[in-house]
Amino acid sequence: MNRSFTDIADLSYEQAFAELETIINGLEANQKTLEESISLYERGQALAMYCAGRLDQAELRVRQMSELDLEIDPTHPVMDEGAQD
Amino acid sequence: MIHLPLFQTPSLTVSEITQYLRALLDGDEILQNVWVRGEISNLSRPTSGHLYFTLKDQGASLRCVIWRSQASRLRVTMQNGLAIEAHGAISIYERDGAYQLYVDSVRPVGEGLLFQEFLRLKALLESEGLFDEDRKRPIPSRPHRIGLVTSPTGAALQDILNTLRRRYPLVEVILAPCAVQGEAAPAEIVRALRRLAAIRPDVIVVARGGGSIEDLWAFNDERVVRAIAASLSPVITGIGHETDFTLADFAADLRAPTPTGAAVLATPDKADLHVELAGLRLQLASAMQVVLDEHSYALDSARQRLERGSPASRIRSDRQQIDDLQDRALRAMQHSLALRQARRQGLQNRLQALNPIAILQRGYVLLQREDGSLLNSTRMVKPGDRLSAKLWDGTLDVRVDGVQPSGEASPPQE
Repeated sequence: MNRSFTDIADLSYEQAFAELETIINGLEANQKTLEESISLYERGQALAMYCAGRLDQAELRVRQMSELDLEIDPTHPVMDEGAQD
Repeated sequence: MIHLPLFQTPSLTVSEITQYLRALLDGDEILQNVWVRGEISNLSRPTSGHLYFTLKDQGASLRCVIWRSQASRLRVTMQNGLAIEAHGAISIYERDGAYQLYVDSVRPVGEGLLFQEFLRLKALLESEGLFDEDRKRPIPSRPHRIGLVTSPTGAALQDILNTLRRRYPLVEVILAPCAVQGEAAPAEIVRALRRLAAIRPDVIVVARGGGSIEDLWAFNDERVVRAIAASLSPVITGIGHETDFTLADFAADLRAPTPTGAAVLATPDKADLHVELAGLRLQLASAMQVVLDEHSYALDSARQRLERGSPASRIRSDRQQIDDLQDRALRAMQHSLALRQARRQGLQNRLQALNPIAILQRGYVLLQREDGSLLNSTRMVKPGDRLSAKLWDGTLDVRVDGVQPSGEASPPQE
């Protein structure tokens, strides 16, 4: 199996978590070659570390809707953590 | 001619008399701490933020002022015609020469009316099914985005943000700021909810810190309650303290006792997630161990099979077979020797038994005629024949003196 994994840094916490669960299920089914199993295991370890890191390092994102706009652009931070008093 | 009195009564300036009057009023204990009941009229709100109105009844009127700092904290929605009780101090506005009541707090005439209104509205909304349990939607366990309806300056906001930071910093907060008390609050809260609806957050938290029942009154406003019930996203309320129940709480999908409590109910706890992750890592490791064990077992058994087929093993096995054969050969030979020995001994015994010498030793005698033939019958001799008698240790020369046959029919054949 030469399946290349998605770059972990591009995953959200939930995506990484879901993939970790899938990998464990895959390993438990134990129908892969040893090499595939080892690479799944390594991927799983990396995902778990990534999730733990996300939890510890995440910064709360806070955006404030302005008085006027009825629809804000959700991708545009109006106010971030540093802007608060 | 004008008669001038000797001592004219001195006049006072307007300011002086006004100041005098003011001092008089300010020194009166009753006037400094008084509740006045009346109906609001001539209500005006200049941009300064202060409130001006007149309290009146059938017979009189009293000018009133509420400074901006107090006006923002009123628990009563001020409007003309409303009967209120105002508390404050009576003093004089010197510029106009008018006495007025400087109001610091206001309550509706008969608080019971407020509560009755609460009950009436609650019964109405209840009958419409707005508070029904089966309308309550589940709160997502891992929200991506939380809409927050609260005052941008309140302690509730900071409490909530701190709680979210501690518990689940992965979430994104969209703050829809609004007033949470005062006259404008209900409309602002409804507008904030409506604005958030465009974003469809996973959950909306409507929050306000603790305060008096009047402070929380905006959350009993029918418009607010209906807006919460109509929200597309599930709503968690965290209004006031544990003991405060507002109609907004009844309409919400979930009611938290405080703003902090609402933030807790809206999010999973980081610590729990860490525990969950640690569990998954263990599961991962043990699944991998199983894989390794099975491969290792397969490898071992393959190695054993290989070992059994190897030349070295064949040689060992052949060598052992040779040893076995050698043992068997040795044992067979020993057995056969013993058998022969036994047979030889038997033969020897039999031979011994047949040895004529041995018979002679028992007292028998061989008689031979002169030609050497053995004598075995009386008819073979006559008196006067010479015979030799052989004993075991020598020979006797004997002569036959007489013959007496015993009469037996046939002699044994030689």
